[in-house]
Amino acid sequence: MTDADAPAEGMRPASGTAPAGSDPPPVLAHGTAPDPDGMAAQPGAATEAVAPVSSPLPGAPKRRRHEFLYFAVRNKKLLVGISVVGFFVLVAIFGPWLTSYAPLATGNTGWHPPSGRHWLGTTYFDEDVFSQVVYGIRASFEVGVLGGCFSVLLGMLVGFTAGYRGGWMDEILNLVTNVVIVIPLFAMLLIIGGYLHQLSLLWEAALIGMFSWPWAARAIRAQTFTLKNREFVGLARLSGESSSKIIWREIAPNMSSYLMLTFILLFGGAILTASFIDFVGLGPQGVVTLGTMMNNAFFWDALDLHIWWWFLPPGAIITCIVGGLYLTNAGLDEVFNPKLRSL
Amino acid sequence: MRRYFLKKISIYLLTFWVAVTIDWGIPRLMPGNPLQVFLLKFRAQPDAAKYLQAYFYKAFGFNEPLWKQYLYYWDGIFHWNLGVSMFYYPTPVATVIGQHIFYTMGLLVPAIICAYFVGNRLGAMAARRKVLDNSILPASYLISGTPYQWFAMLLAFFLGALWHLLPESNAFAFGTTPVWTWTFIGNFLEHWILPFLSLFFIMLGGWAIGMRNLIIYELESDYAHWLQMLGSPARLVRRYAYRNAVLPQLTGLALALGTFVAGQIVTEIVFNYQGVGLLFFNAITNSDIFLMQGAFLLVIIGVLVANFVIDIVYVLVDPRTRVSMMGAEG
Amino acid sequence: MSLRVEGLKIYYRTLYGDVKAVDDVSFTVDDGEIMGIAGESGCGKSTLGNGIMRLDGRMRKVGGTVELDGVELPIGDDRAMDRLRYKELSIIPQYAMSALNPTRRIRTITRDLLKTKKVRYSAEIEEFRRRLDLVGLDEKVLRQYPIELSGGMKQRIVMVISTLLNPSLLIADEITSALDVSTQRAVGEMIIEFRDRGYVKSVMVITHDLSILAQISTTILVMYAGKLAEKASADTIINAPLHPYTQLLISSLPEVGVRYEDRVLSGIVGTPPSLLDPPEGCRFHDRCPFAFERCHEEPPFDEVAPGHFVACWLRSKSSVSADAAAAAPVADGGEG
Ligand SMILES: Nc1ncnc2c1ncn2[C@@H]1O[C@H](COP(=O)(O)OP(=O)(O)OP(=O)(O)O)[C@@H](O)[C@H]1O
Ligand code: SF4
Ligand SMILES: [Mg+2]
Repeated sequence: MTDADAPAEGMRPASGTAPAGSDPPPVLAHGTAPDPDGMAAQPGAATEAVAPVSSPLPGAPKRRRHEFLYFAVRNKKLLVGISVVGFFVLVAIFGPWLTSYAPLATGNTGWHPPSGRHWLGTTYFDEDVFSQVVYGIRASFEVGVLGGCFSVLLGMLVGFTAGYRGGWMDEILNLVTNVVIVIPLFAMLLIIGGYLHQLSLLWEAALIGMFSWPWAARAIRAQTFTLKNREFVGLARLSGESSSKIIWREIAPNMSSYLMLTFILLFGGAILTASFIDFVGLGPQGVVTLGTMMNNAFFWDALDLHIWWWFLPPGAIITCIVGGLYLTNAGLDEVFNPKLRSL
Repeated sequence: MRRYFLKKISIYLLTFWVAVTIDWGIPRLMPGNPLQVFLLKFRAQPDAAKYLQAYFYKAFGFNEPLWKQYLYYWDGIFHWNLGVSMFYYPTPVATVIGQHIFYTMGLLVPAIICAYFVGNRLGAMAARRKVLDNSILPASYLISGTPYQWFAMLLAFFLGALWHLLPESNAFAFGTTPVWTWTFIGNFLEHWILPFLSLFFIMLGGWAIGMRNLIIYELESDYAHWLQMLGSPARLVRRYAYRNAVLPQLTGLALALGTFVAGQIVTEIVFNYQGVGLLFFNAITNSDIFLMQGAFLLVIIGVLVANFVIDIVYVLVDPRTRVSMMGAEG
Repeated sequence: MSLRVEGLKIYYRTLYGDVKAVDDVSFTVDDGEIMGIAGESGCGKSTLGNGIMRLDGRMRKVGGTVELDGVELPIGDDRAMDRLRYKELSIIPQYAMSALNPTRRIRTITRDLLKTKKVRYSAEIEEFRRRLDLVGLDEKVLRQYPIELSGGMKQRIVMVISTLLNPSLLIADEITSALDVSTQRAVGEMIIEFRDRGYVKSVMVITHDLSILAQISTTILVMYAGKLAEKASADTIINAPLHPYTQLLISSLPEVGVRYEDRVLSGIVGTPPSLLDPPEGCRFHDRCPFAFERCHEEPPFDEVAPGHFVACWLRSKSSVSADAAAAAPVADGGEG
């Protein structure tokens, strides 16, 4: 077999998943099929993830679930991704029991390198870095989950409405999507944050959600289009069900795996974007986040003072969490998508 | 062809209008007087504060009805009159931005282009061999999860603060003036390396992942199968696949611009590199409203222009779109 | 003798075990023979054709040999096969319309392909033009991108490119199914023309359309669930088939151009067995109207008359139960 025959594990493009975190992290921006129209979503990308067909065998749903599990426990990307993210979830939950310092309790002896007393050392203000990190991870997960939820929900609202209603409604929503997708999220957040001077965690998440839904909306719209014309939806419509019921009962469940993948990406993207805002100093005050830690470290000269233990951990942890989420997404995509599997 | 570009242009114009309106509306929507924060800084010089207040009220048009303020704003934009920076008073915002834009472009454009090509190459390599796939791919996922500012700090700390290999701050040495001499250029390049590397490296991950996935997809396509059926060597098949995959990546470039803007801004902050990103940041910290508005506008214009350029390039280089749009043979 | 296939088994590996898509298949194709392969969708026709050309990642050759012009093909050794592909055996794939790289001009694709066989494009260009002309294409297609060409044009181009090096065997998979009736006939005639001019020595035509086979093929091979059911001259298969499956297939043969699978399923009760776990004995037995005890053993693919092979206990020389044979009339004139 030539090497071209065996393109390593997992076949095929991220097209099904391609979406984007906040502003699409480039990873995800791909697989965008050549689309001369540019505006016509990516049906190709979308259809694949709909109702995965199991191998060539007529698979009963049960068998299919078994099949997912079979591939899931064998997918290295998924396993590594989930373990990394899971580890930090545990730290976020149980971390506070491991530390006896309040994250913002200052001492008065200046900074100290890592030691038995302060596992990750202390900051310029003699705060315990480890407990800051623990609370920072919590904040990151909160922003990520909230931001991810907001944008997926908005994306679903726009995507389902546009795809299901069609017509002028679709035209308008499509236009809005195309406009919002071009506006750079971070610039938008900067200018809003610039006037508000600081954004609470909730605001941060809400704003991220408010400007990062278009990618999800596009893909959901395209999938709704294809699903709308399937038999079971037609049947439901004949039996006089309301549109929202049809969407919730018939359409959404059929792209649940896809929605999950999108959520994971937006989750990761929200964490990254929040870290930018916090770093710039527009983040929540009175709360420790991984981003504000980097902000403090940087503006209190941790670089020149060589207080590396102050800025190294928060960034490394964000990298692991977000990288882990993206990896989980890629792994799940392979599990759900028979085309990507190789035996 | 015409329809395509007309459609694109109208979307971009609409986006521009929305952005300008937001830019104009936000300070007026926000609670409190945006000027107040700024004027607080002049408490010590009541005269100056008074003068400034009068000036800015007029410039802001706070005394006029809203619709007039809005029209004035547009008028200003058309004349590239974005007001006067409060922080760099009395330099006009347009001039201040003009002084900084070169530095941003000098960093961002090479970083994007280099990352695009190197990342795509890496991705193609990953699609070729299992060993490479098992190393490049996980690394790429980590890289694309890395916050730009953190990696920038890492470089600045190790290569700058700790080992003193390269300057970690500013676009050129303190005290030099930007002139076209070899010494200055050398000095400039020296300062350019770290921020460039930092941006370039983080951008790589996304391209590598995207390319790898696209190539694997291409290798599963019908034309690749037929070539293999006719006994073509893997080399030819891969060459075709690369070329076909690299073109759709351009669309990815358009989509990724937003993230690059964010990366550029925080990287400039870390390296204190005097581009528009740092300017934007300083404007925010100093509540320099006009400068904030100007910087935002510039970012929007930059992104729109880049999108448009990508649209054109995409149509020109990809026969699939070119032919279907122009029906030309050449 | 151009092609000799002996006991060939090609399986797909899947999560649930092997899909026995081609299972112990033996037949020969003579020089100048145009052999049609017919059978319901999913019976393994493409797998047989592709398997001889190239095993993809999921296919596995489990047994058997394939000889072309007296030389055994190293199926399973991709490198060794590469040397023979295109020159000795070639294929027009089922997906011919999308087989051309969309971002290269036709001439570039051809040049690159020829180069891999160490043939100079300039040496072949005259012949290439002549053959394009033969299939009714202007030489300006050389400068065009696939996207500028219609499906039918692309298919003819693939046909010409595939046969440019005069392979001994050409495998043509579903070359007519996406075309309208008159184009179908034209394509069929091109195949005959190519054979007559010696561009190809022998051809395996895989199709859903028995009427096309009736027009162009010398012999027809009927497959059922990964096994061979019957092989004979086209005339015999159409007018006097012996295998119950073939009979049902022919009897349900509708007007020209309609794909038989659409009808046959209503004509023959039941569905083909799963190839994952095929039944013992004759694979047709649970649908066969004449099935009897013996059918739980596997019938051999016997030559019952010169050049006429059948795998059915009813026709087997070794033992025919009198009443069973009487029950199954020999089909004539497609009236079964
Ligand atoms: N990649 C695969 N993995 C597993 N099973 C496969 C695969 N490809 C094909 N099969 C199975 O092998 C059998 C034969 O498939 P094949 O494509 O050869 O059929 P065919 O006769 O060419 O059908 P058609 O007329 O529809 O083209 C089918 O039952 C199919 O389900
Ligand atoms: S062997 Fe038996 S089951 Fe099979 S076709 Fe002949 S009669 Fe029918
Ligand atoms: Mg087939």
